[in-house]
Amino acid sequence: MLPILPGLIPFATISGIATVETGIPAHLALAFSVISYSGTAQMAAVQLIGAGASAIVVVLTALVINLRFAMYSASIAPHLRELSARWKRALAYLLADQAYAVSITRFAKDPGRANKHWFFLGAALTIWGTWQAGTIVGIFLGARVPESWSLDFAIPLTFIAVLVPAIREHAALVAAGAAGLISILAADLPFNLGIIVATTGGILAGMLVELRKNRAQG
Amino acid sequence: MTTNTITLTIIAIGVGTYLIRLSFIWLADRVDKFAYLQKALKFVPVAVLPAIVMPALLCHDGALDISPGNGRLVGGVVAIVVARLTKNMLWTTIAGIGTLWLIQAIAG
Repeated sequence: MLPILPGLIPFATISGIATVETGIPAHLALAFSVISYSGTAQMAAVQLIGAGASAIVVVLTALVINLRFAMYSASIAPHLRELSARWKRALAYLLADQAYAVSITRFAKDPGRANKHWFFLGAALTIWGTWQAGTIVGIFLGARVPESWSLDFAIPLTFIAVLVPAIREHAALVAAGAAGLISILAADLPFNLGIIVATTGGILAGMLVELRKNRAQG
Repeated sequence: MTTNTITLTIIAIGVGTYLIRLSFIWLADRVDKFAYLQKALKFVPVAVLPAIVMPALLCHDGALDISPGNGRLVGGVVAIVVARLTKNMLWTTIAGIGTLWLIQAIAG
């Protein structure tokens, strides 16, 4: 799990810098990081706030981005099934990309292992602490970085770094291509609604390709 | 946005995100019933990220800009190539922003 941490720090720091650069006060930037605990959604929200989007579109877009956590939740649920309601509620908060990846890899290797929840808690808390520390560094640096450095451009770049390795099959490529194309065609829609329209279009395109592939095989 | 609106936005995102995380952990025994939903969820990351990235690369001051002088577009293309080769977030970001700086320096 250690190799994950060095990659996390720059991402957290950029997220902190980008948040205060939009003009969000430092204490709210930190609150954002603790309450939502989701860098990708926070950066997208901050970019939209900077572009003058309405609050509803900002919230909607952030939650669409975080729908992937439902996928993680479903995948890790069988391993946490026996836990008390209190444990489930606590661990759910810590279910971030890296915590999921580390835990599910370990659980898949050894499905019968005891005390899975302690492993998850330990890994997830380490990741949480690293993330918040990186964010605080970014918030502190943020006000000192000149605007001419165009560091806001780091937001779409980190998204590219997440997106490109995630495209591993034809259907995913079609989904990404369709979403990208629609987002340009729909760029003039009010309140930045184009993002939601494009995402829906991309998901449908991906499902369609998969459906056709399954029919052809079946 | 006012500070109050931003505060409410943060809380709404936080609460919504938490409920999404809790969803299937809470419904544990009924995961199988949502197979179709999970198929759709699989495509969320690869659809939502281009929807955010493409306008950020191509739209400049509200207009489409597909020219080599658009540093964000060229930087984005370089970042895609580097992401594909290295699968590393730090190198991808450095390559993209470095390209933008280079083009800004040439133009300026």
